[in-house]
Amino acid sequence: MKYVVLLYQDERVWAEADEALQRETIAAHEAFSHRVEQHPAAEVVAGEALRVVAEATTLRRQGGRTVLTDGPFAETAEQLGGFYVVEAPDLDTMLELAEALPGDYTLEVRPVDDGI
Amino acid sequence: MDASTTAALELAHREHWGPLMALLVGRFRRLELAEDALADAFEQASRHWPRDGVPDNPAGWLHTAARRRAVDVLRAEAVRARRVPELVGEQVDREERAGRATAERLAEVEEEVLVRDDVLRLVFLCCHPALALEARAALTLRLVLGLPTAEIARLFLVSEPTMAARLTRARKKLVGAGVALRLPPGERLDDRVEDVLRVVYLTFTAGYAPGAEPAPVEGGAAEEAVRLGRLLDALLPGRADVRALLALMLLQHSRREARVSASGELVLLPDQDRARWHHDEIAEGLGLLVDLPVPRGGTALELYLQAMVAAVHAGAPTAADTDWGLVAGLYAQLEELTGSAVVRLNRAVAVAEADGPAAGLTLLDGLEDQLPRSHRLPAVRAELLWRQGRTGAAAAEFERALQLCPNEVEQAHLHRRLTEVRAV
Repeated sequence: MKYVVLLYQDERVWAEADEALQRETIAAHEAFSHRVEQHPAAEVVAGEALRVVAEATTLRRQGGRTVLTDGPFAETAEQLGGFYVVEAPDLDTMLELAEALPGDYTLEVRPVDDGI
Repeated sequence: MDASTTAALELAHREHWGPLMALLVGRFRRLELAEDALADAFEQASRHWPRDGVPDNPAGWLHTAARRRAVDVLRAEAVRARRVPELVGEQVDREERAGRATAERLAEVEEEVLVRDDVLRLVFLCCHPALALEARAALTLRLVLGLPTAEIARLFLVSEPTMAARLTRARKKLVGAGVALRLPPGERLDDRVEDVLRVVYLTFTAGYAPGAEPAPVEGGAAEEAVRLGRLLDALLPGRADVRALLALMLLQHSRREARVSASGELVLLPDQDRARWHHDEIAEGLGLLVDLPVPRGGTALELYLQAMVAAVHAGAPTAADTDWGLVAGLYAQLEELTGSAVVRLNRAVAVAEADGPAAGLTLLDGLEDQLPRSHRLPAVRAELLWRQGRTGAAAAEFERALQLCPNEVEQAHLHRRLTEVRAV
């Protein structure tokens, strides 16, 4: 099974993070990567941190025209700040691995639809 | 269909649905395929058995019929080259096992730990925390016990289409999200067991209530739940929550034969012939509780308090000896712990016995909002109003209860009470 792990957090937390929190967060990501590497049947396929939603551009097609908006598709209290694509044998394994990620994130685990 | 064939079909459904479902899910890895194939096998049985006689090995017959049906569906899909997602799971040599579990041997295989583990795997799958709690219970009743969707809908006080949609969503979620068909690893077992226990108790209450079918209270879901409880207790010895649940189920289940009269009428606790209680089961349940340290909180405490309520009733030689003050106190603790409207309803009954009907009625105020489809609420209110001599209001509440009550045994009881209160 392939999963996308979406990482949500109030952007201000990272923007205002002191050095200790930054180090802690990076260490947690490293611990996660390490945990996945150690697992015989799991693998990080991809993973990226995203810049702030203020730097996002949203495209919509309206009547054959493309309309651009400055900012994210949806304004939410917590923003999508990054993602991983992980190969894991099943959901429980995926959830166990994801527990290594920073504790102040809200994580959404979505199975990849490989039927398309 | 003659009575013995009907009984054989019902027995086969009660005893073999879960194990067969577990084997089929393990073999084919697809919930709906397994479910449809097994339902089809039972449907075939209902046509063939009356004509050809009940087979010597009903489980084997059903297993063969269900497997053939599933293989037919798979062949048809292969022809259309349709790919349907499967459950992930442990790499057990299913092919070899399916080969060994031939029609002739299935009855023996069922006795083996292998199949019990299969049932447990299915239970853990159905009770997975990635599903909403109500979906877990519904799915366990559907897949492990084979209850019809309409019956499950009634038990959870929702409409049948709502329940059907809930089951469909739950099945799709398990397969789509990649929830594995496996026993949880040791370090995760505790959390997962707690999820299972909630569902087992809901299952138990489903079996304990007289069903919509003219089925005996004996057996069925309650016995399956007790069996699950014993199995969990054997696999996880010394767990307070498992023990408390088993004690609770044993104590409540010990009253099953006294709950329905010879003519099929519902008999409430105070009127039950206590000689018909299963006193060996009561002794076993009380024994489990005596050895159990009082849990500190959570599910274990909730189950413990409920078991204590059952123990107070079980320990009273006659209804008049019941310590209702103690029961009311236990329910008050339970209500504080759970905030449940059903607990409040039970507490109101106990308080009415201890302190009189007015105190009980006060506790019922406003419960309609939380239990809009419950027939028990107006039924309890009717009894309490009657005790206050307010027969007109009591009759109106009995009528309301009758409109909401989907179950024949309880309907008959409510009719009887309505007739009696009108004759006053």
